[in-house]
Amino acid sequence: MFELDTLSVHAGARPDPTTGARATPIYQTTSFVFEDSDHAAALFNMERAGHVYSRLSNPTNAVLEERIAALEGGVGAISVASGQAALHLAIVTLMGAGSHIVASRALYGGSHNLLDYTLPRFGINTTFVDPGDLDAWRAAVRPETRLFFGETLGNPGNLLIDIEKVAEIAHTAGVPLMLDSTLTTPYLIRPFEHGADIVFHSATKFLQGHGVVIGGLLVDSGQFDWLGELARKNFPTLSEPYRGFHDMVFAEESSTAAFLLRCRREGLRDFGACMAAATAWQILQGIETLPVRMERHISNTRKVLDFLRSHAFVGAIHHPELPEHRDHNLAKKYFPKGASAVFAFDLKGTRAQGRAFIDNLRLFSHLANVGDARSLVIHPASTTHSRMSAEALLAAGITEGTIRLSIGLEDAKDLIEDLTRALKAAERVQQ
Amino acid sequence: MKFTLNNASADARAYAYTGSREFNAAHRTAVFIHGAANDHSVWALQSRYFAWHGWNVLAVDLPGHGQSDGPLCTSIDALADWVAALLDAAQVETAVLIGHSMGSLTALELTARRPDLVSKLALVGSAVPMAVGDVLLDAALNDEEKARRMIVDWSLAPNSHIGNNHKVPGTWLPGSSLALMRRMAKGVLHNDLAACKAYVNGLSAAASVRCPALVLMGERDLMTAPKAALGVIAALQSVRTETISDAGHNMTLEAPDVTLAALWRFANE
Repeated sequence: MFELDTLSVHAGARPDPTTGARATPIYQTTSFVFEDSDHAAALFNMERAGHVYSRLSNPTNAVLEERIAALEGGVGAISVASGQAALHLAIVTLMGAGSHIVASRALYGGSHNLLDYTLPRFGINTTFVDPGDLDAWRAAVRPETRLFFGETLGNPGNLLIDIEKVAEIAHTAGVPLMLDSTLTTPYLIRPFEHGADIVFHSATKFLQGHGVVIGGLLVDSGQFDWLGELARKNFPTLSEPYRGFHDMVFAEESSTAAFLLRCRREGLRDFGACMAAATAWQILQGIETLPVRMERHISNTRKVLDFLRSHAFVGAIHHPELPEHRDHNLAKKYFPKGASAVFAFDLKGTRAQGRAFIDNLRLFSHLANVGDARSLVIHPASTTHSRMSAEALLAAGITEGTIRLSIGLEDAKDLIEDLTRALKAAERVQQ
Repeated sequence: MKFTLNNASADARAYAYTGSREFNAAHRTAVFIHGAANDHSVWALQSRYFAWHGWNVLAVDLPGHGQSDGPLCTSIDALADWVAALLDAAQVETAVLIGHSMGSLTALELTARRPDLVSKLALVGSAVPMAVGDVLLDAALNDEEKARRMIVDWSLAPNSHIGNNHKVPGTWLPGSSLALMRRMAKGVLHNDLAACKAYVNGLSAAASVRCPALVLMGERDLMTAPKAALGVIAALQSVRTETISDAGHNMTLEAPDVTLAALWRFANE
């Protein structure tokens, strides 16, 4: 079996069988011709595998899906319109009204919004817990709980989950653990090796890596037993006949990929949040260089961290590679190659000084994204996490002076010079 | 479909996938038997087609695998008797037997023991005798993950280690193969490999087979290389062979359409 660097370049992509094209072609087509009427019927009834309609699958997307599944060590994957679409697809495949989720309180603002404000309207409620409090995860379980959910590195304070222990609590409750690994990518961690069952990515970020497309990827470990004693009752969408597909019992149809099967055959079909083939192609280009880019993201981040730690105007730095971070020991265990190029720090100043810092940066771009080749900066309290209450902000480790950086691929010396200039400008602002 | 077998304890259930179809007495029956540390799902892209094209399908989970209760059968003889008991419980009078790897040995021995039950015999990814190296057997006993990775390395053709997107969209075959073996309880893999290695009656059984037989081989199979099937091909009286190019030992997943076409032709001719 090939190593990660090799899989990043090759997994899923054999030369095109028709033309011999070495790079993966963009199959810019909505539909695929059937061989005959029997072939058509067999494809529709899952008697045979193949492409029918690009909302369900497309050859370019299939390469991307195989590649991320290979990198994560999963059985397969589904490409969707965005990271949010991946989160939504997973949830609606596993549960319906009356269900409950236990989630880390340190989440990307969009995920938090979906769970806290939007899904309750559809009868799905969430209990948020401190990701590091194992007793809180355990205590939050209810009879109607169907999912544990968190981020490999909780955005933006970089709070960690002890994946192995939280997975054990989830499995005891008969539910899977799903992790958003957007900030870490399979280069830094492969959550399935630690007991997670489902992983999703906003491929918009480090996987594509250049800030040019929006996309999501949902990956299945194939390890969760949907027919287990508790799970069988918890997940009728997988363990009982589905009238929408000839009474198919997905967990009988596929022992390892039942979840993905239902995601594709129901969720993609009915909700329709598919990824365009051109988008899949662009994400593939990014993944080919993922290992070399991530190595540079991490080495640059470490140089920037060293600089910030020595600066008098900088307060707390929320990066788990630093010994003072509350999850430093967990980071050493789970992230031996480095723990993210996205982190936050607090300025020792006013809100006005914070604005002055951001406005005086020249290389860092002020925008709402992370994981770009370019270095990025944002003020979470007024943007990405603006809909969270002051209490929720505090619980997620965010203050009004918190600045989030996403360290890019520029020369670290230039980045440090840019930060030096902006910090000086901020200090000059009247307190 | 779940069965209770007469020779098993009262609460021991045997499972067979039927393609979500009810048993139809007017239809012929095809029985699919999986290999070591696998289950019925390896036949998904053949068995469902049969089930929706006029056949009764029983894609079994052997005891202690998938959804069938244990205990494990420790020999090919015991596996053959178990499948025979399942067919009797299902009131199947005669069937086409299709076995993969360990399942092919099971089908072969069952055909020798109960020729009344078998109208045709298909051996997929077979070798008789089925040599299992000590390195693999030791790994299966002492380090199952190492053994699983060896099997994936040897079972998939070189191209299958790169990608398979034009066959089963979105599926990563090395990962799927590993995941299925990981779902088995500890000890299942070693039990199965040891049963294959210990089976010595294969060529005698083959010589006694009177029904038509098909031997289906993967050109790039390193687990049961095509040359390892030459003995059984010679011993069978009414046999034809087919070789699937660019497929390894897991041809049901690596080349699902070609495998289906070969089995469909054989079962219906």
